[in-house]
Formats: sequence, C-alpha cells, structure tokens
Amino acid sequence: MRNSSAIAHAKPRGLLGGSFSTVGRGALDLITEIGAAGLLLWRILLAMRKLPRSMPLLIEQMRRIGVESLPLVMITSIFTGAVTAVQAAYQLKEFVPKIYLGTAIYKSVVIELGPVLTALVVGGRVSASIAAELGTMRVTEQIDAMDAMAIEPVRYLVMPRMLAGLIMLPILTVFADVLAIGGGFVVANLSLDVSPKTFIAGMKLFFFAHDVLGGLFKAFVFGGIIALMGCTAGLRTVGGAVGVGRAATRAVVASCVLILVSDYVLATLLFKVIFGE
Amino acid sequence: MESRAVIRIEDVWKSFGDHQVLRGVTLSVRNAETLVVLGPSGCGKSVLLKHIIGLMRPDRGSIVVEGKDVTRISQAELNKLRMNFGMVFQGAALFDSMTVGQNVGLPLREHRLLKGAELDRLVDEKLEMVGLSGTHHLWPSEISGGMKKRVALARAIALDPDVILYDEPTTGLDPVMAEQINWLIRDTQHKLNATSIVVTHDLHSACFTGDRVALMDDGKIAFEGTTDELRTTENEAVQNFVARGHIPLPGESRKRGECDLDEPF
Ligand SMILES: Nc1ncnc2c1ncn2[C@@H]1O[C@H](COP(=O)(O)OP(=O)(O)OP(=O)(O)O)[C@@H](O)[C@H]1O
Ligand SMILES: [Mg+2]
Repeated sequence: MRNSSAIAHAKPRGLLGGSFSTVGRGALDLITEIGAAGLLLWRILLAMRKLPRSMPLLIEQMRRIGVESLPLVMITSIFTGAVTAVQAAYQLKEFVPKIYLGTAIYKSVVIELGPVLTALVVGGRVSASIAAELGTMRVTEQIDAMDAMAIEPVRYLVMPRMLAGLIMLPILTVFADVLAIGGGFVVANLSLDVSPKTFIAGMKLFFFAHDVLGGLFKAFVFGGIIALMGCTAGLRTVGGAVGVGRAATRAVVASCVLILVSDYVLATLLFKVIFGE
Repeated sequence: MESRAVIRIEDVWKSFGDHQVLRGVTLSVRNAETLVVLGPSGCGKSVLLKHIIGLMRPDRGSIVVEGKDVTRISQAELNKLRMNFGMVFQGAALFDSMTVGQNVGLPLREHRLLKGAELDRLVDEKLEMVGLSGTHHLWPSEISGGMKKRVALARAIALDPDVILYDEPTTGLDPVMAEQINWLIRDTQHKLNATSIVVTHDLHSACFTGDRVALMDDGKIAFEGTTDELRTTENEAVQNFVARGHIPLPGESRKRGECDLDEPF
C-alpha cells in the first residue's frame, strides 16, 4: 500500500531500512486486521440465531455479491480456459499425447484456476465495495444510529454479507469452471487440432468427484474471507473520505493475501491429507 | 412532581489519544424533565450523549440509566435499554440506502412492532408531526439538511421512547422551523412524559424547551440549574458563554408560529 511512496522518498542509504520497516508495518497492520476479523467472525456466529429475521437482507446481498459479479466472472473464466489450452498445448507438445490436453485443462481449472481466479476477481470487486459502503456508514454515524435503535449492525449488515459470500462464491465457481473448460474446449478444437472426442476422453480419464468438491470447498472458504475482510475493514473505518478509501484498499489487500495463503493451506489439507493416497 | 434521577452520570472521563475530552462530568437527569446542555463547540457535548446511550465507553466513571450502569451491562441488556431510547444525531445519520419512510419505520419494522398498512400510517403520522407529510418516498439525498434533521427526529420518536437525546435539533433550521421543532420537543415531552436531553447552542431554544440547564466547559459541568437560575447566575462560565447572546425572558416568543427575526443567532 504505502511501499511505493516510502521507497520513492527515501534517501539512498535509508532505502533498504525504510522498505523493511514499511513491510514490517504493513504486516503488522494485516495481523491486526486479521485479529479484528476473528472477533467479528465470533460475533457473526452469535448473531446467527436471528437468521430468519434477516432473510430478505440475505437475498439482497446474494444478488449484489453473486448475480452482479457474474459478467466479470464469465469473461475472466472464458479467457482463462482459452489461455490455459494454448499454454498447455505448447508445454505438452512433442512429449505428451493430445488426449492429455483435456485432462490438464479440466484438472487445473477445477482444482485451482476456477476457485482462485474467481475469488480474486470477485474479491477485488466485492470486498472493496462492502468496505466502502460500511465505511461510509461508519463515518456518517449511520452505524451508531443503528446501534442506538438496538438494531445490531453485525446482524443487520455483516451477517447477510458473510452468508451471501459463503453461498455465492461456490455457485460462481461452478459457472467459472464450466465456462473455462468450455473456453479451453473451443480453443483446443479450433486452433490446436484436438478433436472434441479426444478432449472429452481426456477429461474422463482421471475424473475424480473430489477434485470438483475440493475446488468448491475452497470457493466456500474464499467467499467467507472476501465478505469478512470487507466488513472488518468497513467497520474499522476512521476519518472521512480518505478513511473510506483506505478501508477499501485494506479490504482488497487482506482478502487477496488471505485467499492465496488459505489456498495453500487448503490444498495441503484437502489434496494431501484428506483425499491423498 | 417526580424527581427520581433516570440518568446519573458520575465522574466520567474520556480521552481520544492524548486529547482529554471529558474531565469528570457529573450530571443527573430527573424523570420526565428536559435538561438542556449548552457549551462551546468541541467541548464534548456529542461525546457525552454517545456515552449515555452506550456508543462510547468512558475511561473512568459510571453512567446509570434506569438503575443500570450502561458501562457494565451486557450487549443484550444494553439493547433492551436502547429500545426505550431515541436519539437525534447531530448529522442526522439517516440511512442513505433507504427512503425517508423506511428510515422512520426501520426501528418498528426491525423490532417487529408493526407492519404493512399500520406501519405506513404510523410513519406518516410521525412525519406529519415534523412537518414533512408526503415525503416518505423521497431519498435522503433528495432532501435538504433541515429536512434530514426533522426526519431524524421523526425516526427518534418512532418507538415512543421514554428517554430522548437531541443533539442540536434546531441547528441549521430557519427560525420558523426551529420554533416548530422547539414546540415539537415540548409536545413530545408532555405527550410521552419523556425524559429529554437537548444539546443546543441556541439560548432561546434552551430556555423554551428546558426545565433545567447545564453548561459544559473544559470537559466538566460548569453550571447546572433551572432556566431562571441561568438568567440570574453570576457564574463566570455562564457569563462568558452568554455574553454575546440574549437569554429570553419567560413568555417571550412562546406562541406557536410566532417568530422574532431580530433574534440573536
Ligand atoms: N471518535 C472520535 N475520535 C477522536 N476524537 C473525537 C471523537 N469524537 C469526538 N472527538 C473529539 O472530542 C471533542 C469533542 O467532540 P464533540 O463532538 O463532543 O463536540 P461538541 O461539544 O458536540 O461540539 P459541537 O457543538 O461542535 O457539536 C472534539 O475535540 C473532537 O475532536
Ligand atoms: Mg456536537
């Protein structure tokens, strides 16, 4: 966040020291943010008892987080599938039979690219917008007003967003998986000289249901991270317009970092420990 | 006359960083009275109100409301207490994702007290009380600052609360409207038999709506007394505060609709 300006203004001798302390401060901010997110998560769990009352709010958030992200996810995933096909064909050429192109695309999309890329693009869009919205409500005292009328902001604002994230990310990922494989399929067909039959045979070759389930479980976790980090940053906003801008940045940074870190943790857990041979 | 204290603030201290805002505020509000809090800008009046409703926690001291210390009770108990409270924020704090009508109806809807046509009728009634009938479909971004203030007031009294906290309810209103709001505060007070705290800069409004007046200065209560005592006191802080103002005499400009355009302020 602050790296570039700190480095630009630092004197040559202080350059390394300066950037180390900037990185240190950034990491410390991130850890504080994650701690706050943990506390918020606990309060969301406590608010779950009042879920029925919040159903209309949940549906509204599912529309805003899920449906409105669909065009972005569609474009991203079609091209991701297409480029995966081109790159895989290039890498495999001369060593590996054509049939494995379908296998490679299907595996990489379902396990990794679908959930992670969807989470990253949706995370950028959704966590920033949640943080900006809640941040504005915080600095204009709308959240205080809500508290003052005994409507808990965690139940009214945070819980619906969190649940919508958890529900919608796997659904978006299903769309992304289908479209990315479709994109790869079309490219394989039209420009890589792999027939539909060969491509599909390759997909079937090592088809495991737990690849798909593992990928969707990751999407579920990522959905929670996106909404939670957006809400945490929003609620912790201080100051005016500048504060709201900072909150949006913090939300995007925190959700992207956490998505990638938890992707590694989940990959190890799911595909080495749970599904591993 | 009942004189049981509904709100007892005792030796409350609050600082933000190294900025000490409240330095031992002690103040009592009796049942069904209107207490006006005066004080220079930035002396911590809004901060004090937020402490009373539990939005801020003091560094030291206690705030006892209806027998419970809001600085110590659980969230659930605090929410129960807040159901009897209404608060008008200084900046109105309307929900900008909702229409005027939805803003006023939100507490009733969320606490499942009313719905459907009954809710609409009550919302219209409250909006009419603040002179805004027929505006329920407008968005907060479409109305003026003074109108926002009045919507906030309608929202605060939607639940017919026992305790109402007004943070500068007449600031930014034209004299006619300010007078109407002053009347509204008094009427509400009488109708609901509510206990009110009114933060204001407007001495006329203070004397008109208030039974008692407290003056904050330097993070403490510098003066506390009836409106009559405010007129006659030798208290230095009061003298300084009102030096440029004019404390209206009893009965002055008290008829509905009447307004005095030479009014200082
Ligand atoms: N959340 C906060 N964080 C830091 N400082 C704050 C916060 N809220 C208030 N302050 C500080 O506390 C002091 C008192 O603020 P407050 O809003 O209570 O003033 P006030 O008496 O209501 O003034 P006015 O009449 O202008 O509304 C101010 O100096 C302000 O800077
Ligand atoms: Mg104030």
